[in-house]
Amino acid sequence: MTIETVPMSKALNAGLRKALEDDPRVLLMGEDIGPLGGVFRVTEHLHRDFGSQRVLDTPLAESGIVGTAIGLAMAGFRPVCEIQFDGFVFPAFDQITSQLAKMTNRHEGALSMPIVIRIPYGGHIGAVEHHQESPETYFAHTPGLRVVSPSTPNDAYWMIQEAIRSNDPVIFLEPKSRYWPKGEVDLSASAAPLHASRIVRRGSDVTLVGHGAMVTTLLQAAAIAEGEGTSCEVVDVRSLSPVDYGPILDSVRSTGRMVHAQEAPGFNGLGGEIAATVMERAFYSLEAPVLRVSGFDTPFPPAKLEGVYLPDADRILEAVDRSLAY
Amino acid sequence: MTSTETPLVRVLEADGRYAPSAAAEQYLPLIDALSDAELEQFYRDMVVIRAIDTQATNLQRQGQLALWPPSRGQEAAQVGSAYAARRQDTLFPSYREHAVTRIRGVDPVDILSVMRGNTHGGWNPLDPKNGNTRIYTLVLGSQTLHAAGFGMGLVFDGKTGTGDVERDEAVVVYYGDGASSQGDVHEAMVFAASYNAPVLFFLQNNHWAISVPVETQTKVPLVTRGAGYGIPSVRVDGNDVLASYAVSRAQLDEARSGGGPRAIEAVTYRMGAHTTSDDPTKYRGSDEEQSWAQRDPIARMRAFLEGRGAAASVFDDVETEAADAAEDLRARTVALTAPGRELMFDHVYSEPHPLIDEQKAWLEQYEASFEGGANR
Repeated sequence: MTIETVPMSKALNAGLRKALEDDPRVLLMGEDIGPLGGVFRVTEHLHRDFGSQRVLDTPLAESGIVGTAIGLAMAGFRPVCEIQFDGFVFPAFDQITSQLAKMTNRHEGALSMPIVIRIPYGGHIGAVEHHQESPETYFAHTPGLRVVSPSTPNDAYWMIQEAIRSNDPVIFLEPKSRYWPKGEVDLSASAAPLHASRIVRRGSDVTLVGHGAMVTTLLQAAAIAEGEGTSCEVVDVRSLSPVDYGPILDSVRSTGRMVHAQEAPGFNGLGGEIAATVMERAFYSLEAPVLRVSGFDTPFPPAKLEGVYLPDADRILEAVDRSLAY
Repeated sequence: MTSTETPLVRVLEADGRYAPSAAAEQYLPLIDALSDAELEQFYRDMVVIRAIDTQATNLQRQGQLALWPPSRGQEAAQVGSAYAARRQDTLFPSYREHAVTRIRGVDPVDILSVMRGNTHGGWNPLDPKNGNTRIYTLVLGSQTLHAAGFGMGLVFDGKTGTGDVERDEAVVVYYGDGASSQGDVHEAMVFAASYNAPVLFFLQNNHWAISVPVETQTKVPLVTRGAGYGIPSVRVDGNDVLASYAVSRAQLDEARSGGGPRAIEAVTYRMGAHTTSDDPTKYRGSDEEQSWAQRDPIARMRAFLEGRGAAASVFDDVETEAADAAEDLRARTVALTAPGRELMFDHVYSEPHPLIDEQKAWLEQYEASFEGGANR
């Protein structure tokens, strides 16, 4: 077993490097991903080692990055696009949702779109406007796209490689507050399925469900709850489209209670979708309604207010208490 | 710079006289090299595609199609540029390039199938019979980025700029004066120029974006836009098939030889409606339409061929072929049946997807539940 303890940014870097080595048709493209190594240094040294035809420092144009990636995929390449920050994905939104997502369907299967779009997303870093948002629902709502988000360095290392291997377009959401904390990466393991949710902490009273950076918050909440005598199970959704409901339903059937947490606004969000499905498929197991904890239905606030906006362990525990009160 | 000061490449006058403009001089050897058969073929394609276009318009009026974007008036720009492309080139049409697609081998019924609501695609661009022609897109300008990316791929793969014009690949992307206002066209030109991609940006300025005149899209001749990106650009009389052919051939060969992207503004006119959904009489005058009718690309080419002594039988044959093609298209279009419902589910993703698979299975079960019961 080969274990390395690295931050997620390094794990992604290693995963991208492996993908570039394994398949000469893989290329990276984005703003400042060359000599600078990306604003989060996820692509550090890759330009130096693979050259400017594998690691493209593109013009500053998000629609251009995704649109030309589509043309490159038509020419047989497997582009991995970096969108610098979550709030800047919208200039590319048309190319992603109207073109990329529908291309295979419009060609009735004659064409695949093996494109990955990496987006650093979410709060907790005190950034300015457009630099911390959670746009995942827009993409998860769009047929033809796959959407995933790792929460640990190990998942980041493996999931980026699996996303690049996928013949479908994958929106790859990187929780930017998780870029720096270190975790173990098992380089000798084999990759877990890309579209699998996973129980990351066992418990018997309440199931806590979330993705990305929120998994860390859920684990914090579970640790506090344990001290108060409540046993929480935590499920990392990992794949937001398609959602793997198996582990979520198994957990809810055993605990009878569920709290979902997300950074994104709650209205029409992933939590509502998962709650509805759990209600449809595990109704008789539920001891309480599924509760949701989320960002408010406001624009992501100025950084000094993000602590108020983002669900923290206390807000999750408040929902746990409400669930247990039924 | 006003439009009258912008050099225009024209070989044939509106009455069919061979009278090259000053800007056309350098292209004349390409025209001299055309055989009588090739010249007649240009004419033949323009006439046949107009008959097909008219038939499609009629089919829409009769409820057989949901929509039809007529190409009437733009045949010369399209036929000339399509014949200028070489076999190995890849073409990215917009949604009005009926002549282009037909010349590359796409069966017109495949386009009507889109407009009838049977498919969102129509043909497989990877099937050799379709001549590397990508499918239509209805979102304006999107395809210019796909063309730029495809051209970048050609550069990375060393499939261009080797010095062999018979093998070097290039890309033609079609768009219109309305699309020229879209940001994607700007970004496509930036990317193509930055990566020296062998892309010919072929703009058909047909003067109207549905009801909005070209003057609302631009204060300068659209051909001048290319200079800002470092893209050599030429303005051509889009109703002159010889000029369209020669300039396109020269520009494409420059692009494929490592010269980077090129641009053409073909000045033409949409004689019909934008689509069968609009009514041009509400936004433009008959004087304008009549003045462009005098510059009809088909009449111009016919007069030219007659002046060269083409036999009357040539024109009779073309008329017969056009009528037959239109009739054949009608018969095959009305015979098109709705696709099976599995079409909806089978190609949303390239790889299996549990949600789609579940929904497909559910629909099968639901439909089956009516067998022997409800009359379906």
